[in-house]
Amino acid sequence: MNKISFTAVALATALVMPAQAQTEIQWWHSMTAVNGEWVNDLAKDFNASQTKYKIVPVYKGQYPESMTAAVAAFRAGNAPHILQVFEVGTATMMASKGAIVPVAQIMKDAGFKFDPGAYISAVAGYYTAPNGQMLSFPFNSSTTVFYYNKDAFKAAGLDPEKAPSSWPEVALAAAKLKANGHKCPLTIGWQGWTQLESFSAWHNVEFATKSNGLAGLDARMKVNSPLHVRHIDNLANMSKHGLFVYKGRNNLAEPTFVSGECAMITTSSGFYGNVKKNAKFAFGLAPLPYYPDVPGAPQNTVIGGASLWVMAGKKPEEYKGVAAFFNYVSSPEVQSASHKRTGYLPVTTAAFQLTEKSGFYKENPGTDVAPNQMIRKVTDKSRGIRLGNYVQIRTIEDEELEQVWGGKKSAQEALDSIVKRGNELLERFEKDNKKG
Amino acid sequence: MEKRVVFRSAWLPWVLMAPQLAVIGVFFFWPAAQALLQSLQRADAFGMSVDWVGLENFRNLWKDETYLASFYTTAIFSISVAVAGISISLILAVFADRIVKGALAYKTLLIWPYAVAPAVAGVLWLFMFAPSVGVVAYALDVMGFKWNHLLNGTHAMTLVVMAAVWKQISYNFLFFLAGLQSIPKSLLEAAAIDGARPWRRFWTIVFPLLSPTTFFLLVINIVYAFFDTFAIIDAATSGGPGKDTAILVYKVYYDGFKAMDQGGSAAQSVVLMVIVVALTVVQFRFVEKKVNY
Repeated sequence: MNKISFTAVALATALVMPAQAQTEIQWWHSMTAVNGEWVNDLAKDFNASQTKYKIVPVYKGQYPESMTAAVAAFRAGNAPHILQVFEVGTATMMASKGAIVPVAQIMKDAGFKFDPGAYISAVAGYYTAPNGQMLSFPFNSSTTVFYYNKDAFKAAGLDPEKAPSSWPEVALAAAKLKANGHKCPLTIGWQGWTQLESFSAWHNVEFATKSNGLAGLDARMKVNSPLHVRHIDNLANMSKHGLFVYKGRNNLAEPTFVSGECAMITTSSGFYGNVKKNAKFAFGLAPLPYYPDVPGAPQNTVIGGASLWVMAGKKPEEYKGVAAFFNYVSSPEVQSASHKRTGYLPVTTAAFQLTEKSGFYKENPGTDVAPNQMIRKVTDKSRGIRLGNYVQIRTIEDEELEQVWGGKKSAQEALDSIVKRGNELLERFEKDNKKG
Repeated sequence: MEKRVVFRSAWLPWVLMAPQLAVIGVFFFWPAAQALLQSLQRADAFGMSVDWVGLENFRNLWKDETYLASFYTTAIFSISVAVAGISISLILAVFADRIVKGALAYKTLLIWPYAVAPAVAGVLWLFMFAPSVGVVAYALDVMGFKWNHLLNGTHAMTLVVMAAVWKQISYNFLFFLAGLQSIPKSLLEAAAIDGARPWRRFWTIVFPLLSPTTFFLLVINIVYAFFDTFAIIDAATSGGPGKDTAILVYKVYYDGFKAMDQGGSAAQSVVLMVIVVALTVVQFRFVEKKVNY
């Protein structure tokens, strides 16, 4: 038998082999590039580990788009089994009781041991309903960290091994970088999340009342405190002097760091995989800068990223598959591998310890920054931020901050406006959900 | 003497019109009725519970200062798009009409942009003007002009107007070209013999004879600017900086599809519908009087 016909026969056998009666499970996600590969690998590895279920990951656009697509699909009766929803959509999902099945229940029904206590408290708390039931499965949780370009630091005469830890130090470093000819010393990704939301928790000041919305729907915005005004005013000054350069909403600033154009950035810890793969310079990770004179700072930062929600109206057999997949993903080994690969947080304490034991943090300095910022005793002001109509509130933050960077509004005016416009949305959300 | 065809059958006209009526019914009246219905409701994202709230969605809109401000933004955007789009394509059509060699190539090239999806058009222009990487932004920078549509509202507005106009030029161009070609040559030749120069021939003969086309395009372009441009805005500026390019239809899209506030979004689309109907009525009542058919 020559080679070609052998290949043909092998191929034919493979095709003829009865596709076992596998239960297919649709998983809609929003991960692209290196993180998209990661998601596909998770599904592939899980599918290879057993034969009963087949996870089919489908990229459905960015977070808001996939959520909208799922809503439309749900209304038409063909929602996916698993939907990845960003933290901003959490309150909306929680309020849609008939559309989702709590993860805790899925796991219990399938007979898996599911211990919410295994999760890092800042993560588990975020996805847990006030009645203590965990509603969604923590998947890619991230937090806000600070990245800097060590080569640029060296060139500007700064110590590349010592990241600026406070905002005054950041301003000094930026001035030196600028003096050295750097056109973009500092930029900011996810400005609302990093500079207002995480900033609040990091300094242990309220972002909103009612434990930032975790404790009730009648939460109201508090971001116009003197500390917030001071910080935004500080950034506005840096913007005026070309020390901070605004590069757009969401994560639009990230490519400018990878390309070397901007030397420092505050953004998601989930950015790590991208930088590690694509940056052609030495880079460092550091905790988010803070103001040392604020009592209680630094506290802890808040989570971002996304969790996996299980949609209602599916067959029991399919839910068993979902549970099996969640059980697989939450094993410390898989968790730890995912954490090392992406920079997303290890969401269980066991995974964090396993990663520590493997020596990964020692070999890759800076990768422990994000987990260390999270694994702390949280306060009511720092546990997390979960607000209704959060998607719109984020946009309001963007709109108002842009006007500060553009010199159209003062920090005080913009933050007052965020509070006023945000509260209108919160009042509406409270009203809509009280009736139900 | 007037010639008129009279249908004696009672049902034949209806049968002949049925396909068109069905299309209009399904794609226009049905969605419009849905929007009206939803504008009086508030529902959660997944449509699990629906409440009738009367005019609350509309009241919320009037209370929102930024919504009222976006009327002004929309007016600037729509007028710029319509005026720039119509005048540029008229100029191009006049030139293309006079060209002798390679006319087909020019015409084909000018029609191309119409095949580009709005979101892609937005991204294309965004790339060219992206501060620090865009070709045009770089050239402007070299010439000493600091282009930054991320923070400068005027720049951002210019960018989205350019993208929207570019996309619509082909459509306008086609109609103008057809209009120009239907102008009797004898009129122009007679004027030329009488000693009228091209400029004068254009204003006294061509432009008036084109007025039905221009009027038609004015209506179409206004409707285009009002309804079909949200993808360009979304891709190029997301309504920013601040709300400087957040036109009415963009907010409809954003609230409905991103923020999943169906009731609020439906109320806005009803407002938009009323505006466009009113504008069209105004155009037909007042502007049309100046049109020679």
